[in-house]
Formats: sequence, C-alpha cells, structure tokens
Amino acid sequence: MRRLLRRHESYVFLAIILLTAVITALNPSFLTLENFFDIIKSYSFMGIMAIGVLVVLISGGIDISFTAVATVGQYVMAVIIMRYSGNIFLAFAISIAVGMVLGLVNAALIYSFNIPTVIATIGTLNVFYGLLIVFSRGKWIYTLPQWFARFAEIRVFTLVNANGIPYGLSVITLIWIMVIAIAAFILRYTVLGRSLYAVGGCGFDKSAAQRAGINLFRVQVFVYTFMGFTAGVAGVVQALLVQTVAPNSIVGKELSVIAAVVLGGASLAGGTGTIVGTLLGVMLLAFLSNGLTLMRVPSYWNDVVIGLVILASVSASALQQKRKRQRAIAVEEA
Amino acid sequence: MAVQPRFASRIAARAAILVYDAGRAMSDLFLDMKSVSKRYTGVQALDGVDFDIRTGEIHCLAGENGSGKSTLIKIISGVVQPERGSEIVIGGQPISHQSSIAAMRLGVEVIYQDLSLFPNMTVAQNIALNEVIETKRPLVARRREREIAGAAMARVGVAIPTDELVGDLSMADQQLVAICRALTSDVKLLIMDEPTTALTRREVQGLFRVVKELKSQDIASLFVSHKLGEIFEIAERVSVLRDGKKVGTYPAGELDDAKLSYLMTGQTVEYTPYTFHRSERGPLLEVRNLSKRNNYADVSFSLHPGEILGITGLLGSGRTELALSLFGMNRPDSGQVLLAGKPLRLRSAGGSVRAGIAYVPENRLVQGLVMPQSVGRNIVVTTVRRLLDRLRLIDRQKFQDTVEEWIKWLNIRVPSPESPVRTLSGGNQQRVVLAKWMATVPRVLILDGPTVGIDVAAKSAIHSFIQDLAETGVGVIIISDEVQEVHGNCNRILLMHRGRIRAEYDVTQTTAAEIQEAVEQVAV
Repeated sequence: MRRLLRRHESYVFLAIILLTAVITALNPSFLTLENFFDIIKSYSFMGIMAIGVLVVLISGGIDISFTAVATVGQYVMAVIIMRYSGNIFLAFAISIAVGMVLGLVNAALIYSFNIPTVIATIGTLNVFYGLLIVFSRGKWIYTLPQWFARFAEIRVFTLVNANGIPYGLSVITLIWIMVIAIAAFILRYTVLGRSLYAVGGCGFDKSAAQRAGINLFRVQVFVYTFMGFTAGVAGVVQALLVQTVAPNSIVGKELSVIAAVVLGGASLAGGTGTIVGTLLGVMLLAFLSNGLTLMRVPSYWNDVVIGLVILASVSASALQQKRKRQRAIAVEEA
Repeated sequence: MAVQPRFASRIAARAAILVYDAGRAMSDLFLDMKSVSKRYTGVQALDGVDFDIRTGEIHCLAGENGSGKSTLIKIISGVVQPERGSEIVIGGQPISHQSSIAAMRLGVEVIYQDLSLFPNMTVAQNIALNEVIETKRPLVARRREREIAGAAMARVGVAIPTDELVGDLSMADQQLVAICRALTSDVKLLIMDEPTTALTRREVQGLFRVVKELKSQDIASLFVSHKLGEIFEIAERVSVLRDGKKVGTYPAGELDDAKLSYLMTGQTVEYTPYTFHRSERGPLLEVRNLSKRNNYADVSFSLHPGEILGITGLLGSGRTELALSLFGMNRPDSGQVLLAGKPLRLRSAGGSVRAGIAYVPENRLVQGLVMPQSVGRNIVVTTVRRLLDRLRLIDRQKFQDTVEEWIKWLNIRVPSPESPVRTLSGGNQQRVVLAKWMATVPRVLILDGPTVGIDVAAKSAIHSFIQDLAETGVGVIIISDEVQEVHGNCNRILLMHRGRIRAEYDVTQTTAAEIQEAVEQVAV
C-alpha cells in the first residue's frame, strides 16, 4: 500500500476517478460504456504516439518531429492507395515504413553530430513538414478507397444501447492496444528495454551506460525508429478516424502528446516513465476534454483547463521529488 | 569462508601457468607492472613506475591530485594505453595491448567515484545489468535479475532489498550495490576510487567488512585515495605516487598520516597557529537556539571580530546544513541570528551577501564557480554592481583593474584573466572563489572545506590568506572534517554531531589528537 502511495501513477488514477465522479454528477451520460468506447476510439491516435514519446523520454531524449513524421507517412500512404488501391495492411506497411525511415534520419543526426535532441527534431519537424507542403501543395485528399472507410467501422464486439444503436470496441482501439503490448514487452522483458532505462537514467554523462557495455548508437537507433513506427501507425489511424487526409491536421499536436506522457509520470530528464502511467496520462486528458464538452463548458476553456491540470500535476510531482532529495539528518533528541 | 570451487580451479589453473613462467613462479602476484610510463601532450603523467598487487591483497594507492594515480588506474583497467617499454602482467599473462573489455575478462573491475549506477533502476537491475548485457540474449526475466543480485550479495553477506530503487539508497548502500555488480563477473582485483569520502564512520566499517570478505575469497582490493585516514586500519601495503613517479611501497603499519603526507608531497604541512586577541567590541555574529527539523537543533554560538572559529564533525553531522542556513539558503525553523546586534532574516543568499556574509561552498566546482567562464568574470560576479559606469554598463577599465588587482593579491597563477576557470588547478580555482568572496568585503566569511582536493603548497597559502583576513577584523568560520586543519588555523573549535554542538575547544588548551579522539568517540 505504501509502495502504491509513492507512485505517481496512483495519483493520476485518483485524479481520473475524482474527475469521473464530478462529470458524472453533472451529466450522467458520461459514465456509460458507450461514451467510454467512443473516447478510447478517438484518443487512439494520441495514445499511439504517446507510447512512442514515452520510449523517447525514457531514453533521456525528446522528439518534437513525430507529428510531421505521422503526417508524411499518412500522406504518402493516402496517395499510393488512392492511385493503386490495395488493402489495409499495405496502408499500414507504407506509413510505418516511411515513419521508420524518417525516425532513422533523426537517430543518425542525433548520434553523429551529437546535437541536443530537441534542436535536432525541431529542425527535422520543419524539414519533413515543409517538404510535404512543397510536394503536396497543401492539397487535401477526400477520396479514400471504400475499403478504407469500411475498415474504420469494424468493431471487435458489438453491444446495442437503449435506443437500438450499436456500439462496441473499435478495431482502431485494438491497434492502440497492440502498440501498447509491443512497447510493454520491450520495456519489461528485453535487454534493450533495460538499456533504455539505463541510458536515460545516467543523465547527461553517458559513460556509466557505456561502462556497462551498452551500445549507445543501437539504443538511439531503436528509440527514434520506434518513435517513427508509432508515428506511422498513428498517421493511418488518424486517417481512419476522419476519413480525409489533410497535410496540416496533425502537426501542432506534438506538445499535447508530450504533456500527456509527462502527466503520466515520465520525466523530461529521462530514465523514468511507465506504460501504465502514459495510458493514465492520455486518459486523464481525454476525460477532461470530453467531460468539459459534456458539461457544456465553452470549448475555448478546454486549453486553459488542460494547461492548469498539467501545471498542477508537474508541480506536485516536482515538490515530491524535492522533499525526497532533501538530506535528512537524524538529529539527536535533547 | 571456503573458496568456492570454480575459483579454486581457476586459481589452480593460474598457478600452473605461473610455474612455467620461471621468473614469477614463486611470487603470487596478480598484477605486476614494470617501468610503466605515459605521456600526454607535454605532460609526463607516469614515469617508469613499478607497481604490483598480490592475489587477495588489500593495497592502497596514495598520491595528491595530479600525481598520476588516475592514469595508473586507467592503464590497469585498459582505458589508456601505456608507452612502449612498459611491461604489464595480469594474472600471469603478459599484456601487450590492453582494452577495457580484456581487463574485465582478466578480472579487473573499477568502481569509480561516481559509482556508475543507474538511480532510476532497482537494486536487482543494477547488479545484474552487466551480466545481462554480456550474455547477449535479447530477453531478460526479473526473476533472473533477482537471482543474480541475490547471489552477488550473498557472497559478501549484504542484504539490500532487491526491488528498492538505487536512487533511494544511502551512499553506503549504493557503494555496496556497485561492489556487488562487480562481483557478478569473475573479479580478481577490485579497484575503488576514493571509496570512503562520502561515508560515515559506521558505514566505512561496513565497507571494510565486505572488503575483508572479498580477501577471504582471494579477491584483491585497491583503494585509491589522496588521504588515508581510516584505510590504514585495513590496508596491507601502501604505494605512494608523486609527480608521476613512484615514491615507494610500504607496509601500512610503518606509516601514519604525517609520514604519508610527507611522502605524497615531499614537504611537511606547517600550521602556523593563529593567535586571536579579543577586541573590546561585542560579538560580530550571534547564533541563538537555531533549529531546523532533520538538519540541526538548538545551535548557539558567537563569533567575534577577528576570530577564526572551526566547526568540525563527521559527514552528516549537520555542519554544512548549518552553514547554508547562516548564508540564507536553508531557512531555519526557529531561533535567531544576530549580525553586529541586528537580527538577520536568513531568507535569501542575496540578503546575506548584502548583510556582509560570504560563503565558500564545499563543492566549488558546482556551487562556487562558473567553470566555462573566465577567471575575471568569476572574480567580479559578486561585485559587478560596483563596476558600472554612468549608463549602468560595465566599465571595461574598472573591470580589468579590479581583476588584475585580485589576481596579483591572491597570487593566482593564470595565463590570462580571460582563461576559463575550468583550465586552472584546484588550488588556483579555490583562490578564485576566495577572491570572489573577499571582493565583497564581508564581515563574516564562512568556508566549507576550504582546502578539499588542493595540494599542500596551495593549502598553506590559502591558510595564510585566511589568517591575514581575520587579522583585519573579519569573522571567519572554517568547516572541515580535517581536525588538523581546523586545529592549525582556528582559535576555537566546535564539535558537531547529529545536528547538535557537542563540545567547544580552545586550541591553546587542547591538542588536535584529543579533538580527533572526541570526534571518533561521539561517532560510536
């Protein structure tokens, strides 16, 4: 129990419970299975990218460019399936391949020039996104194949609500769950996962990790290609959700994704963060945003409230860290 | 404790090799180095050093900063290549081209001062990490990590909860984790860089118990240190380096602190006792019943103008916390501090500086200096307001004059005032910190560990500056765990332990040895 209280995740979970209670009191339709399935469908896109960001943060880096990577992957995929059709697996394969290649570019830049990851990825964000706008001339794509639209409607299981409208767990959420499973497995059960935590945990000076025999380049390559992989998946997922492809619809969301992951307990200093925490962070933001709508709060307030929650959470955990760090001396009793 | 079977067989195998190697057949040396040299551009770091360590020996390598200790360690551990003509034999095998991986395979493990641990990972994960990576299997089970950790800890009779995060452990436990990690490989020689500096007395005893346990398993330990203190209790032989040359190797029993310090420096430390004449004026600084939870309790003392007051005590006695409070960086819960009769607010360092208090921190590298900035800028950082011209911009001429004056006065050896502080030696860096604070013309100067990591010549220079300063009427507080240093410089000494002042000594009435004994007594 004491162990649980020490964990950041427990507090985020508590915040979610509290929030659910408040929203439900004001609008009972919030706490329904239907609404829940709806939220986890529409937040799959953010949730998938959050998993990639988590991996980057654990390794002690940061990636800003992933939204551009997702957009490029998505656009290339859309252009190809529009022209040659194909199937959903091909769609994912294309977007993922593009994502991983662009991730590899990030890794190579960061490793070979030893540039701070923020700067490198701000640079690549602009390059990737800029090139897309140049080549696509900013054109939207509306005419996606029929099979693409049908896939988005698939439900893993179906229930029916009181009004006879079917609902259930979307295949899109299932994709999110699969990405979670892959990341959880890597972080928990592989030497690569351990290396990630080790590299992130030794701060700016990586010699401790090198002395342990960790190949820094390999870790770096994994981190940024995995980020590219999740961005690629997220690109297709976003297209599935909205059924149009617009070059400017994803870029700009990178900070909310990073905020969700930090909300879930990952540190920008590296070395900490868990899958469970990240999920809770995404859920908290999702519930908040959905709840505000259900409570009929004007949507302009959305950003303000979310910003305040992020500040409160980060300050609380910083305070906790500070207390922990303070040296305590067992002062002798008089 | 019985030697484990796999070790016994390895030792037997090595003995067999030794028999064939006629020259070394009888000497059971694990490491044998002959005429080892190393040149860095322009600097002869090591010059024809002979050095050896016996199997299972507890050896100590002593020397001042820059004596070549760390170069020697780097050569043994394969991080640095020696010059041609250097001979190294490890475990009976002549080494031609050493690499760090090769050194580890031969059983040489180094625990650096920073311990190279991962604070965000558990004890089990830290101990098992090297082995987990070494096996080159892609998967790892938590159960196996716990088993590896458990086995390593059992070998030295240590029990630290395996699921605890390393960052939450005490320094002593972290050190044990680092030792246990080294034990997961087939270690024969464990090199520890300054292992006791961050430990309390009792923790040092715990470390020594582990080192003796290693010895019983034929694992040699090499302590690297610039001062020995408690290591005398356990070391069998001590090798001393000075200016890249070996002074000699001595049985530890033949040495004491004074003799060792002479061997390391080639000179004896002279302490000119400080004579203090109390003036007619009242006390400069009065501390009344100052308390802070989990830091210190009920501290009262006074400091007169021109007085040098020493505060000594072990690590964790609350001495540094008290100093930070006086400087406004660690707000006390209750009590009062008066400066020349007026109460101090102790809320910010800025306020304390304005009131006339200066503080030279223990860790000058992190807290005292801006390393990449120039010597000049570091010196004027506390007084930059005085250098402004009519437009509130820095007057270049005034700046240069002030900096040159200080460099001359404190005899700081520096190629140019523009050189970054990072490029200076420890002694010169400390002079820059002193200049920076003396420039504020303080009424009270608090020095925390003023000569940590500084060679003897620079040490006495700094001591005489401090005494000169006190003679002008400044009140000085020296905080140090070196009883010799406070005894030789102060006129009055307070002994702190577990957050309280335990005793007060007048140096003319008490010898340094008596105080040293009292320090050790309270620790038990």
